[in-house]
Amino acid sequence: MRVLPAGDRALLVDFGQRAGAGASALALAAELDREPLPGQRDLVPATTSLMVHYEPLGSAPPEGHASSFALLRAAIEERLRGRVRAAETAGREVEIPVRYGGEAGEDLEAVAQACGLEPAQFVALHSAAVYHVDMLGFLPGFAYLGGLDERLRMPRRRVPRARVPAGSVAIGGPYTAVYPLASPGGWHLIGRTEVSLFDVQADPPALLQPGDRVHFRVLAP
Amino acid sequence: MRVLRGGPLTLFQDLGRWGFQRHGVPVGGAMDEVSARVANLLVGNAPGEAVLEITLQGPSLVFDSDCLVALCGARFAVHAGGCPVLPDRPVRLAAGTVLEIGAAAAGCRGYLALAGGWALEPVLGSCSTFAPGGFGGWLGRGLRRGDQVPVRGAEATRLEGWSAQPGQTGMASPRWSVRPPVVLQEGRPARVRFLPGLHWNAFPAQSRKAFTTQRYRVGARSDAMGCRLEGLPLPGPDLPDLPSAGVTYGTLQVPPDGQPIVLMAHRHTTGGYPRLGEVIAADLPLLAQMRPGDTLGFDIVTTEEAESLYRRREAAMQALEQAIVMQEKQRRDAVHRPQL
Repeated sequence: MRVLPAGDRALLVDFGQRAGAGASALALAAELDREPLPGQRDLVPATTSLMVHYEPLGSAPPEGHASSFALLRAAIEERLRGRVRAAETAGREVEIPVRYGGEAGEDLEAVAQACGLEPAQFVALHSAAVYHVDMLGFLPGFAYLGGLDERLRMPRRRVPRARVPAGSVAIGGPYTAVYPLASPGGWHLIGRTEVSLFDVQADPPALLQPGDRVHFRVLAP
Repeated sequence: MRVLRGGPLTLFQDLGRWGFQRHGVPVGGAMDEVSARVANLLVGNAPGEAVLEITLQGPSLVFDSDCLVALCGARFAVHAGGCPVLPDRPVRLAAGTVLEIGAAAAGCRGYLALAGGWALEPVLGSCSTFAPGGFGGWLGRGLRRGDQVPVRGAEATRLEGWSAQPGQTGMASPRWSVRPPVVLQEGRPARVRFLPGLHWNAFPAQSRKAFTTQRYRVGARSDAMGCRLEGLPLPGPDLPDLPSAGVTYGTLQVPPDGQPIVLMAHRHTTGGYPRLGEVIAADLPLLAQMRPGDTLGFDIVTTEEAESLYRRREAAMQALEQAIVMQEKQRRDAVHRPQL
């Protein structure tokens, strides 16, 4: 575990690439939600790290420290020495109904073929799995869903699309995901859902949170 | 406020949407927060009030009631009722006067503040525009001809007692102005300071040396998400399967083509490319004012130096606020003094 500056208004707590890094990042985020650090503005957990955004307070470095960063690093190390409780809310089970293929999933046939599968087999494998939300990023509500079957993995498209429709279900590398909004995108489109993954009026605005478990249900065409 | 012409990229921004990055919501906000804040202070607003961020070419606007505005940042050709309007000072406009903002002669982004602000609905705690999602600011998009944006209106005392100077019709502004809050490069190469970051030591030694000695040019495809730098390609570190992690305004990332990108205000919340480090907060407004073709070089500083520069800037901002408040008090006192 190391704490590094990310400029002078953010720092990164890097848990390294070990099993449990993601859980550590979420646990520390929960701890800092409960008891924020001085000047804390935002927290961004990811699969192996937590970024803390802050305002350096005061007209001089804090007493006893060469910089605000040094104070915050010491505070984080102190918190991690104590027993950091895991995030309090258990993840939820979320089901996402999907129309696979056809106009809703333009790349399904091509990726199935590339994987040596019939489209129906590809759909069966994709919808059989239970995925775990690793992190959110890239777009509001865009959740990286880990646990994609090895047989279904594809590198990203050589040429990204200028516009992927909202609700598109896609695969990219080791992940599957749903595009919450229309956006440029380089992942392969295999289906579409009507479920809303992001709503500014909702609290929280994103449907999926790290720790949630997601599976896809096949809708009849 | 009626929009006669929207300009290509005129959007409401405040100091960003904080607290929702874990849901994938970008911070956004004004690219040059210093100019935005000073424009607000000049009209007596809180520094974080939403302003119009105007990129390279401006709009044509008319206010239906008397109002007070100020413009800071890039140097635009501005006229009100046909008279030139100067930046970095409050400007009182009579109702119905057309405020015509033309092209930026220097710098990239200008900030127009309105005393009392516009009546915008905050979304997720901010009035910044998130255009890809169509929310925030004014209808989640830039201004267009025909838009009628409601304004809140300033206190009457702020609008009273302005006397026009010779040659001014429909507008009045004081003789004083503040120093431009951000120095515009105007073609001079900029020096930008940064703190080494997560992968700095993993980059080949030659890349680290090249990064701090090379001169880069701002690429044509630069935008509010990232400032794309053009120079000799920088070989990256040998780090396969890099996990995505949070990024910030100023993160210097190096994609496979070896051309660094400085992430800007409207970046995504996370990134998976190797990162050299981050530009210091005090130098971000400078970057925000750079245009394609401008050149720059990078210098390493320490965390202590970076924080010291930031604190100095914040202290200067506080002093400026106090000076502006005093000017306004003097103006009001003079209004109420009997004429001799």
